[in-house]
Amino acid sequence: MMLYRRRRFANSVVMTLSVVATVIGLGWLVLVLGALLWNGFGSLSVAVFTEMTPPPGSAGGLLNPIVGSLMMSGVAVAIGTPIGILAGTYMAEYGRYSMLTSVVRFINDILLSAPSIVVGLFIYEVVVRPLGHFSGIAGSLALAVLVVPVVVRTTEDMLLTVPKELREAATALGLPRSHVIANVSYRAARAGIVTGILLAVARISGETAPLLFTALNNQFFSADMTQPLASLPVVIFQFAMSPYPDWQKLAWAGALIITFAVLALSISARALSATRTNS
Amino acid sequence: MVDLALRDAPAAVSSPPDRLRLLGRLRLIDGSFRTITFAAAVSVLVILGGVIVALIEGALPALQAFGLDFLTTSRWNPVTEKFGALAPIYGTLVTSLIAMTIAVPFGILIAMFLTELCPMWLRRPIGIAIELLAGIPSIIYGIWGLFVFAPFLQHTLQPALIDLFGPVPILSTLFAGPPYGIGVLTAGLILAIMVLPFVTSISRDVFEAVPPVLKEAAYGLGCTTWEVFRHVVIPFARVGVTGGVMLGLGRALGETMAVTFVIGNAHRISGSLLAPGTTISATIANEFTEALGDLYTSSLVALGLILFVITFVVLAIARYMLMRIERKIG
Repeated sequence: MMLYRRRRFANSVVMTLSVVATVIGLGWLVLVLGALLWNGFGSLSVAVFTEMTPPPGSAGGLLNPIVGSLMMSGVAVAIGTPIGILAGTYMAEYGRYSMLTSVVRFINDILLSAPSIVVGLFIYEVVVRPLGHFSGIAGSLALAVLVVPVVVRTTEDMLLTVPKELREAATALGLPRSHVIANVSYRAARAGIVTGILLAVARISGETAPLLFTALNNQFFSADMTQPLASLPVVIFQFAMSPYPDWQKLAWAGALIITFAVLALSISARALSATRTNS
Repeated sequence: MVDLALRDAPAAVSSPPDRLRLLGRLRLIDGSFRTITFAAAVSVLVILGGVIVALIEGALPALQAFGLDFLTTSRWNPVTEKFGALAPIYGTLVTSLIAMTIAVPFGILIAMFLTELCPMWLRRPIGIAIELLAGIPSIIYGIWGLFVFAPFLQHTLQPALIDLFGPVPILSTLFAGPPYGIGVLTAGLILAIMVLPFVTSISRDVFEAVPPVLKEAAYGLGCTTWEVFRHVVIPFARVGVTGGVMLGLGRALGETMAVTFVIGNAHRISGSLLAPGTTISATIANEFTEALGDLYTSSLVALGLILFVITFVVLAIARYMLMRIERKIG
């Protein structure tokens, strides 16, 4: 009976601990989001979206970094997505059992979680240093390097779930392999591939480290990709670390915008993959 | 293009030479598409190779100038151009260690709650919430740490720790000095919050993959939930959870923005966890654009190389272990 009671006791201790851990863990995360909403909404205004970044001590907004971020993310996706989808296609369609595929998969998984600041150094060495100046295009390339692994991973996974009977049926009709892939595999996996792209955009929209010394920053409005370009994360970093309350408020507003963008992207990615599994 | 080729087909069948030409064109498209996808797959390897080559090339001047001293000295003097990486390496390891000692038990306990205890209707919402939180950019945690968490620690936890451990012989050095708010301990705690969702969601996935038959058999013998977990789930999931932990460690080691905000960027090795310090990534983020002179820049790139090598090894082990558990589950 003693033994039984001791076992029951040990069980309830651990179970209580796990509930406590969950409450603390989730509570902590709620605290972070709560502080973000509180400070972010307090600093949000129309001016944030319509005015340029101000000099210290005066009012202003975040228009130029928002535009800069959108441009750089757009170019990064335009460069990274085709490479990612094509590489995923090779891995799932042509070389499914080849040695190269397992090597690429392994390396890709490592790139997926490699420190992004190292990617910034890489682009600095191969683009910024030879050209002699920082530029928006260098920032885009750094982000593109981060897009590729995400898209490769999801494309491969999604193409692998396409039933092989579909491919066999199309092949039996005499379609060449590339047409089978374009008209059957891609069509069947479309929602999943788009999900991957959305996740990649979510991933890069908050990235700061790779932009610090590729796109640098720009206090003025610029749409010139060959010049230094402001981006939301870098401006948040600069403004938050500054001693000026005006700048710090804008940093909170920017942080709120990024969080909303990232959450919206990941929730729509989730909804998209849910509709796919239902139908 | 593709549809065009197909729509042409019926008309082309009529004459054999047309048909041959069409087949030739299809074969050409087919072959070039295959080559393009092959090139894209290889480009993933090229990116990794490029990163390694570029970092080594950039780090070469510093490594030639300082040799192995770069790894074993902690001086960091931009004026006299003497650089050593020991302080950032130390800071990176200590902050990650703090993060993992907190995040791993919490993550495993939360994962256990989600797979064994949590009522069904609550599982999906909590699981989704954790996955969404894993996607929040690190700069958000950084700004929160700087404006909310560091002042809070400065006024509550840190004075309490100093009072508590002040009289204890060894622990007093660990918590010596004034409470700055920012510092190694704060950075470690922020990293713990960041890594927690990763550890939790991978552990949960692995726990859920344990075949129910095994658990039911143990329950049938009269085991308590904890005993089932301890003697059935954990042994089955050990490799996978280790992989998840290593993946989280890889994140913590390379994490830049969350740490840069709160570490204080001081190039020294202090016994106290309350003192400001620096990590490899924080040093690069703070100093790279301001670095004057080739040797300074090169030393920062060399730091990046060290970081890349460390995380590469950690992530490679993580992936290897996760691959093993995937094969086991089938």
